Amino acid sequence: MSSAVGADRRISDFVPRKRRGAELFLLVLALLVGVSAYALVGLGRDGEIPADIITYGGTLVALAAVSHLAVRFLAPYADPVILPAIIALNGIGLAMIRRIDLASNTGYAGQQLVWAGLSVACFVGILVVLRDHRRLQGLTYTMGFAGVVLLLLPLLPGLGANINGARIWIHFAGFSFQPGEIAKLCLAIFFAGYLVLKRDALALAGRRFGGVDLPRGRDLGPILAMWLVSLAVLVFQRDLGSSLLFFGLFVVMLYVATERASWLVVGGLLFAAGAYLSYLAFGHVQTRVDGWLHPFDDPLRFGQIIQGQYSLAWGGILGRGWGEGSPYLTPYGWSDFIGTSLGEELGLTGLMAVIVIYGLIVERGFRIALVCRDPFGKLLSVGLAVTMALQVFVVLGGVTRLIPLTGLTTPFLSYGGSSLLANWMIAALLLRISHLARQPPPDLTPPSPDDETQVVRMR
Amino acid sequence: MNKPIRVLALASLVLFALLLLNVNYVQVFRAGDLNDDNGNRRARDADCSRERGPILVDGDTVARSIPSDDDLEFQRTYSQPKLYASVTGYFSCVYGTTAVENSQNSVLSGSDSRLFVDRFLDLMGNDQPKGGSVLLTIDSAAQQAAADGLDALPGDTKGAVVALDPDTGAILAMVSSPTYDPNDLASHDFSAARDSYEQLLNGPEDKLTNRATQQVYPPGSTFKLVVAAAALSNGYAPTSIVKGGTSLDLPQTSHDLTNENGSDCGGKEITLTQALVVSCNVAFGDLGLKLGADTLRQQAEEFGFGDDVLDELPAAASVFPSDLDTPQTALSAIGQFDVAASPLQMAMVAAGIANGGAVMRPYVVQEVRSPGLDVLDKAQPEVLHQAISGSVADDLTQMMVDVVESGTGTPAQIEGVSVAGKTGTANSSATRSPYAWMVAFAPADDPQVAVAVLIEQTGVDRADITGGGLAGPIAADVMQAVIQR
Repeated sequence: MSSAVGADRRISDFVPRKRRGAELFLLVLALLVGVSAYALVGLGRDGEIPADIITYGGTLVALAAVSHLAVRFLAPYADPVILPAIIALNGIGLAMIRRIDLASNTGYAGQQLVWAGLSVACFVGILVVLRDHRRLQGLTYTMGFAGVVLLLLPLLPGLGANINGARIWIHFAGFSFQPGEIAKLCLAIFFAGYLVLKRDALALAGRRFGGVDLPRGRDLGPILAMWLVSLAVLVFQRDLGSSLLFFGLFVVMLYVATERASWLVVGGLLFAAGAYLSYLAFGHVQTRVDGWLHPFDDPLRFGQIIQGQYSLAWGGILGRGWGEGSPYLTPYGWSDFIGTSLGEELGLTGLMAVIVIYGLIVERGFRIALVCRDPFGKLLSVGLAVTMALQVFVVLGGVTRLIPLTGLTTPFLSYGGSSLLANWMIAALLLRISHLARQPPPDLTPPSPDDETQVVRMR
Repeated sequence: MNKPIRVLALASLVLFALLLLNVNYVQVFRAGDLNDDNGNRRARDADCSRERGPILVDGDTVARSIPSDDDLEFQRTYSQPKLYASVTGYFSCVYGTTAVENSQNSVLSGSDSRLFVDRFLDLMGNDQPKGGSVLLTIDSAAQQAAADGLDALPGDTKGAVVALDPDTGAILAMVSSPTYDPNDLASHDFSAARDSYEQLLNGPEDKLTNRATQQVYPPGSTFKLVVAAAALSNGYAPTSIVKGGTSLDLPQTSHDLTNENGSDCGGKEITLTQALVVSCNVAFGDLGLKLGADTLRQQAEEFGFGDDVLDELPAAASVFPSDLDTPQTALSAIGQFDVAASPLQMAMVAAGIANGGAVMRPYVVQEVRSPGLDVLDKAQPEVLHQAISGSVADDLTQMMVDVVESGTGTPAQIEGVSVAGKTGTANSSATRSPYAWMVAFAPADDPQVAVAVLIEQTGVDRADITGGGLAGPIAADVMQAVIQR
């Protein structure tokens, strides 16, 4: 909202500041956390700082520098907290993956570092190519199509692979990739674009039913379709977490776009019905619920979640210390259960700090949504923030036995290239929207009368 | 659209708050239970890698952790494994702990709250937390005498010996035979340890059970001490006349209660002392009928029957049955029918009589010390019950002296020392040899030790098995070992 031309300057008493200095300061802190974590792993395990700390530390610093410079030049008014937060999480995740690598003789940390480099490159790429997030509005249906294709890709025979009971991976050229992670992003863009177009119809046309405004039947179409798609994902790909995420994302964005809480009610009912039906119908859902409620009754089946509990308890309040616990005893402690591994070595205090960092990222996302001036940007950023919040809640809740376990990844922490890539892309989008939201209004003062074009005044 | 955004932000806050609360719940409230869980390998590996505290007897270390070359940094070693196995138990990385290794685990592993300061200093200095030491009440000479005595018996012997200090209740000796070698179970060669454990668990000899505390047997004539105590407390005197003869008619049955070897106890009317000296079934069966089951039960409970009073080792409560009819009461009075006592319980009976009627709580841990040898806790002797009065105890003591001097207990005599005792030969079944018992204490005028010896099975002819003959000499050796200190 720019002030009137030349009028009193009430609203623009707010001075937009670039905050890049604050970001640099926070980045230094984040790098301290990340690099010292790596050093402590070596100290804790072998009593000496690891020899490759220079290369590792250097790489992390380089990544931080590149991304910071990109933001400084390409999105200078962006939010200063998001980048340091994700660098800190990345560093902590790398340290834990390295720690487990050392114990079980694997090489995941190196691969994760490569993916981190790729992700930062992508991050910079998005900032370069996408100067205004509103250009994505034109790609709404393309994004929708891409999202569905990416979701369905693992179902193709030959390309897809069934790993640990879920068909969400594809293999090519020696790499394995989870296209669902990128699909999440594409679908968020699609929903935002679609809802900006249709929100008036969805918001205003409706019937009163039992004191609640319910939308028209024909407008329910999209949400029902979405519900069916996520159920399909659940059934065919056995991916509980993703289906929950997609459905939740859509309902929430509907609610924000229309400002009608009835969408939440409808969504909630559909979710409850879907959850209950899937519990009754599918064995793998029942297994997950059993593992949540009574894991200790069957140590063979629920070994992973039991080890996760032992891991957390062993950490206690202050944690065992980097390198001094036994997170390698937990199956997939470097990926799905990295939350409990951190709980074991960093303790309750460390794990709470990590949860709070996630909370910070989500909060900054919501703040961007509030400040953003265009509806597409608002919707997109709130969608991305909610995705992050839901994902963190579902993953960390699952591994700590707050809710049943699902197959979602822990953003930035967990080993997994596709997840890391997708999350850095989300960060790039958020920073781009944030820049445009916080940059000073364009200068609309008219050219001074002393300039080239002169008006000849005829008296 | 700002209002919904704010609502969602609040909802996200709630989600994160739930996450934080749950993590607090698991890592603070549930942590203790989860760490104590049997399946928790982290806790077990940590225990195995820690320098566990030593267990000492008479100043000598019988269990200690020595540095080891493999991944698990310390190896638990037992210096005289079979002698002290029943008391120390074992510490195994795979199979956990038993006996003192189990009950004193928090001190031995260094996690006890009393060791907090030491642990804190260790933490600051980045040392591994060390365990505290446990000193036992066992007297090594008595323990050796008991083990030697059981070993000297021929064939496959199964039995137990318990010796107590009547003044305090301290356990001076506890041997269960046959027993096992805890080093086998503490071994870091896990497949060998597993083999040993399977053999011990499934073997016919039941070597893992502590027969002194965990098994109960019919006490036979040793139970007559309890009946005599009840009689003396209810108007009888050592010189009171009781029924003698060869048989007692059991009301409501067609059987009669007879004496060992068909003797007549010395006449149709004998003194109470005479009845105890010759171990007259007729007299005591009759006494049991006259006193009644309730009086007998109450007296037994005063001596400790029905309770598991030993905290530091797993123990079975001894049994005096409820709901007895008349013939069952008579049989119970001579320590048969369903009466069952552990050797520890019978030692407590003897010790109670020796201690002027005050039955003390038995204990095996004398002292607990920090790694720096500061005393953390000392045993405090505790009176469980005053089972009989001082004068009844004196009378009963005199009667028991007579048993050893001139009755069935002569094999328990010690040169130059006045010994009080009672023998028992308990029948079990037609196919099984009887159980041979001896309970005794010495010196009678100023008792230093009370002992109970039980022979469950041995390679002696059935006809030759008597409590006095088999168990008596072992009791004498154990008492002598204590007195000669």
